[in-house]
Amino acid sequence: MEKLLVVNNVSKNYGDYKALNDVSIAVEKGSIFGLLGPNGAGKTTLIRIINQITMPDTGSVILDGEPLKPDHIRYIGYLPEERGLYKTMKVGEQALYLAQLKGLSKREAKERLKYWFNRLDIGDWWDKKIQELSKGMAQKIQFVVTVLHNPKLLIFDEPFSGFDPINANLIKDEILKLRDDGATVIFSTHRMESVEEMCDHIALINKSNKILDGKLVDIKRQYKNNIFEIGLITPNHTATTASLKEKFEIFPTTFKSINEELKYKVKLPASVSTNEFVNYLTSQGQLTHFVEVIPSASDIFIETIQNN
Amino acid sequence: MNHLPLIIKREYLTKVRNKSFVIMTFLSPIIFVGIFALVAYLSNLNNDTVRKISVLDESGLFLTEFKSTAQTHYKLLPNISLDEAKKGAQTDETYGLLYIPDSESLESISKGITFFSEESPSLPLMNSINKMLESKVNTLKLKEAGMDSDIIKNLRININANQETFKGEETSKLGSGLKLIFGGAAGYLLFMFIIIYGNMIMRSVIEEKTSRVIEVIISSVKPRLLLLGKIFGTTLAGITQFLIWVILILVLMTVVTSIFGIDPSAGSPSQQAIESTIDGGTQQVLNDILIEINNLPITNLIIMFVLFFVGGYLLYASLYAAVGAAVDSETDTQQFMMPILMPLILAVYVGFFTVIDNPHGTVSQVFSYIPFTSPVVMLMRIPFGVPIWQQVLSVLILFGTFIGMVWFAAKIYRVGILMYGKKPSYKEIFKWLKY
Repeated sequence: MEKLLVVNNVSKNYGDYKALNDVSIAVEKGSIFGLLGPNGAGKTTLIRIINQITMPDTGSVILDGEPLKPDHIRYIGYLPEERGLYKTMKVGEQALYLAQLKGLSKREAKERLKYWFNRLDIGDWWDKKIQELSKGMAQKIQFVVTVLHNPKLLIFDEPFSGFDPINANLIKDEILKLRDDGATVIFSTHRMESVEEMCDHIALINKSNKILDGKLVDIKRQYKNNIFEIGLITPNHTATTASLKEKFEIFPTTFKSINEELKYKVKLPASVSTNEFVNYLTSQGQLTHFVEVIPSASDIFIETIQNN
Repeated sequence: MNHLPLIIKREYLTKVRNKSFVIMTFLSPIIFVGIFALVAYLSNLNNDTVRKISVLDESGLFLTEFKSTAQTHYKLLPNISLDEAKKGAQTDETYGLLYIPDSESLESISKGITFFSEESPSLPLMNSINKMLESKVNTLKLKEAGMDSDIIKNLRININANQETFKGEETSKLGSGLKLIFGGAAGYLLFMFIIIYGNMIMRSVIEEKTSRVIEVIISSVKPRLLLLGKIFGTTLAGITQFLIWVILILVLMTVVTSIFGIDPSAGSPSQQAIESTIDGGTQQVLNDILIEINNLPITNLIIMFVLFFVGGYLLYASLYAAVGAAVDSETDTQQFMMPILMPLILAVYVGFFTVIDNPHGTVSQVFSYIPFTSPVVMLMRIPFGVPIWQQVLSVLILFGTFIGMVWFAAKIYRVGILMYGKKPSYKEIFKWLKY
């Protein structure tokens, strides 16, 4: 796939403090890229470098085949984590101002704003001051301003903070729609369930270094340990448990069910195929539950950071 | 993509539409003129009260000297004792009692002169009484020494040295006074402008930080552009406010003076004017003033005023913006304000003390080249005649420093606006320069 953004071996020091150490990422066109990492890992620094707010000490950034240059800011829409709007300015005026700073003409900006305000059902806020709006309402305006100039690259830092579940869903759907319309999204968040739902590709940064990078499914495949969760109804539970223990590594587990059954997590050795395992289980009794345990993004996050 | 006009426009409109800005714009001149009217009214009241002063002259030498004026009435007491006179004065609501004893020699008379009063008498009154008595005693002394009274009259010659430059231009004390007023007004105006609108810039930078809008903006425009836009926008708002103030004050002053019939200059007639009035009347003074104004290097003054005003203001404004970027809230600005205010205050002091004392002395010269003090000091020196090359050099240094300062401020600004939560030390800010 074609890459929209390539970051090559970028390092950045603040005085003696190393904020980024030789980090490289590549973001495919039309994908959603999750940039993950604990607080203070260097995500924001990387995002600011892409936005040309700070310059890297070494390394380069390529946007759509060209080295990053000042003019590129109009192709990028950035919703920073530390965000806000001028409190005493009116919504419409402010949105127009910010859109014009991104290079839209006043007329064009007005048209697009009308479209977005109608779409998000906030048309009657035009003449209100930001300080009269709730935090969630202001966040909506902020979202509109970020995407208004149809940027090729959208960077969202914690886009859902401050939204109630309904609006969070609305924004999520808008982001997915923008992706479907051809935009590329970089997405930095601590909310693992949204990573799970939305990201195609993730990179994990910890203590200024990239420690994990790849397609989410590939990473999951890499992190799965061949563990299966099973539920089994047998005539003699103790005997079956003993025989399972003899053959495999097992751990107790719980899941919701309507039956009284044996519940175990079983680690399958590489020598035993899934089919053989199922055959063995059915020979023992009635199989009611059989699921491969796939690590969640959250599990991967915690495991990698702790091992690092 | 040139965003500068857009930023300037936004900054300007936000400032101008701000409620407190509007209120201050219209309220300040009203308060100013109100205070002026009050002071003028009160000092008029003060002038209306008449002081009665009893005089007991036992020597009889000074009887002809006491001439009552509108504000001071002298009442010569007949031959009564000092105690009676004191009692009379106390019951009579007299301001004071001047007692002149009788004696053989003028010396012992002079030593015995006493002024009795309820409270300490006013200083100007005592001065005028002393002066009057002194001159009478001196005349009497000269007569004793055998001088003719005509000769004594002719002895009095007032000296008012004529002043002329080597190039042959006539100067005068009146002219020096005017130059001082021009220079002082220009310097003071700049000083006020920097403090009021420098603070405004600083607050607007802090506001962008606290409302967290800064990172959104900074992903669209370069920090240096935003910094410049802020400075220019606020300056334009400042000029607007200043113009409205000047116009309103002029209009209100005219209205107030015509309603109350107060002559604005009546409150504090200068010594100069009084002396000249005695020689040649008010018309003459006005003519002199007009001639002196014409003698001032007007074109030079105006051009340099604009240059130094703009340069000096921009220099300080960028410093204020840098301070705003470095801190999180206005309360944290204190430690950084001192180094900004110090040179400014120093400039005003040098201007008002050293320049007045010696416009072309070493101290005045040095400070009129240092960019942080030159706008005020040079503006005050120019009316006294400064060679053009010196002025140009000073302006060049000023604008050179301004460009350097914008670079410096932009560096601090770039890093500072994205720093939240901690109060930086000077050491840290120095480190930011290297980021």
